[in-house]
Amino acid sequence: MDLLLNLTVNGLATGMLIFLLAAGLTLIFGLMSVLNFAHGGLFAWGAFSGVFFYGVTGSFLISVIGAVLTGVVLGFITEKLIIKPVYGNHVQQILITLGFMLVLSEMLKVVFGPNQIAAKTPDYLSGSWEAGGVILIKYRLFIILVGLLVFAVVQFILKRTKIGLVVRAGVINKEMVQALGIDINKVFLYVFMAGAGLAALAGALMAPYSGVVYAEMGLEFAILAFIVVVIGGMGSFPGSLLAAILVGLAGSYMAYFVPSLSLAVNMILMAVVLIFRPQGLFTAKEA
Amino acid sequence: MSRLLTLENVHTHIGQYHILQGVSLTAEEGEVTVLLGRNGAGKTTTLRTIMGLSPATSGTIHYNGQDITKLPTFSIANGGIGYVPEDQAVFTTLTVEENLKVAMRKEDEAAMARQDYVLTLFPDLKKFWKKEGGHLSGGQKQMLAMARAFVNDNRLMLIDEPSKGLAPIVIESVMEAIREMKKQTTIILVEQNFSMAAGVGDTYTLIDDGETVQSGRMEELVRDEELKRTYLGIA
Ligand SMILES: Nc1ncnc2c1ncn2[C@@H]1O[C@H](COP(=O)(O)OP(=O)(O)OP(=O)(O)O)[C@@H](O)[C@H]1O
Ligand SMILES: [Mg+2]
Repeated sequence: MDLLLNLTVNGLATGMLIFLLAAGLTLIFGLMSVLNFAHGGLFAWGAFSGVFFYGVTGSFLISVIGAVLTGVVLGFITEKLIIKPVYGNHVQQILITLGFMLVLSEMLKVVFGPNQIAAKTPDYLSGSWEAGGVILIKYRLFIILVGLLVFAVVQFILKRTKIGLVVRAGVINKEMVQALGIDINKVFLYVFMAGAGLAALAGALMAPYSGVVYAEMGLEFAILAFIVVVIGGMGSFPGSLLAAILVGLAGSYMAYFVPSLSLAVNMILMAVVLIFRPQGLFTAKEA
Repeated sequence: MSRLLTLENVHTHIGQYHILQGVSLTAEEGEVTVLLGRNGAGKTTTLRTIMGLSPATSGTIHYNGQDITKLPTFSIANGGIGYVPEDQAVFTTLTVEENLKVAMRKEDEAAMARQDYVLTLFPDLKKFWKKEGGHLSGGQKQMLAMARAFVNDNRLMLIDEPSKGLAPIVIESVMEAIREMKKQTTIILVEQNFSMAAGVGDTYTLIDDGETVQSGRMEELVRDEELKRTYLGIA
């Protein structure tokens, strides 16, 4: 019981981190049909800048905010320099964003040095609670809470604000949105920056979770995030939450019960979902 | 009367295809100009070219005295042009209310008043206010697409085959709405149904194989059996 609960909390926490990464990916895919493999680089930058700001300021909160801002600024630069010239061409997008992913990783080594860096958990989030013989690790619960909070906030923006309406409409038909007098490229830039901020947030939260940050961490997580985007239904925001939780849980259970399958489990999950629902769990156009 | 829109010898390429090969047309303020031509003649492409969705590769488009040929779609729309596409392009997962809200350039009193007015033209939309666009009937989708273009204070409306696939009784109410809208705005209408076109149009432009073949007053076309037979297959 104890074990199952811990595996579940673990899986949920990982799932939430993947979700934060996938949220931006799915929206930028849904809106502009852009495949951004550099997203993991923004995640890694979030992790490193979080550790950096924590070291400098001693405040975890400020470090997270600093990481998110770093992500947003990098998102702005990425969209303008890397994404904009390759709108509408998937092959070019894959090549240039993969290339940029490597640039982002290497830049991390230039700025922060080639070695991995230890990441601390703030005292008030360290340790665990024990209730009725069940041990719950605080930081994991914290991640789950933040993930749910982000989901609620983004969902509120998408459902209740004008810009959210525009984004949802753009996912369905971006030509029509433009024909209504809206500059979709500008909207896309904002969404891209917000997505980059979420990726950086995921990175900053990941750092204390795994205890170390290293330049290659971005690619690992980006692959999971892409699997989630596919399973959830390309472009569907709620779909990406559900899929991220599935992937997180599956990974956590498998790592314990069938360790030999733990690397393959996500691919298996993706294959199974695609066999029964080729469009993913949700689709942006109907969900 | 003043010219609101002028296309001069417009050519449009889509990919390697040369679709429009010399379209010229004018729309006079306050009138309904009907675009006629057989299937594949280039009517939809003409409207898309005006909107900048399939931009002209040569020729010029002037709107309200300004050259809009090279402007991006959103600026063209913000100049006061509303577009009702052939496939309606209703936002399927947005409610009726949200579809109209996305369209509103500003949500001031005037816009709300226009919205109320639009809802008197299309009472069905009010009835299904919270229903998702994707769950509306074909006729209701058409009404929503028209309402969406009409909630803004547009000076020109481009409406592409609003009667397509609708039952006669629904067509009648759509046409009635167009007659009402006409009192407030200039309209370019694509309409295959000739009696419908003749009923609402002031002038016509006839397109064939991507080229304007003839323009004139609607009553002249009604009398010109030869032209109708050659290009519209009406005996
Ligand atoms: N995206 C495209 N790619 C290639 N050809 C196209 C494209 N869009 C339109 N065409 C071609 O351009 C021509 C004109 O098409 P258009 O849709 O403008 O005709 P239309 O007059 O609106 O016809 P209909 O009455 O059937 O709606 C057609 O031959 C069509 O096949
Ligand atoms: Mg057409």
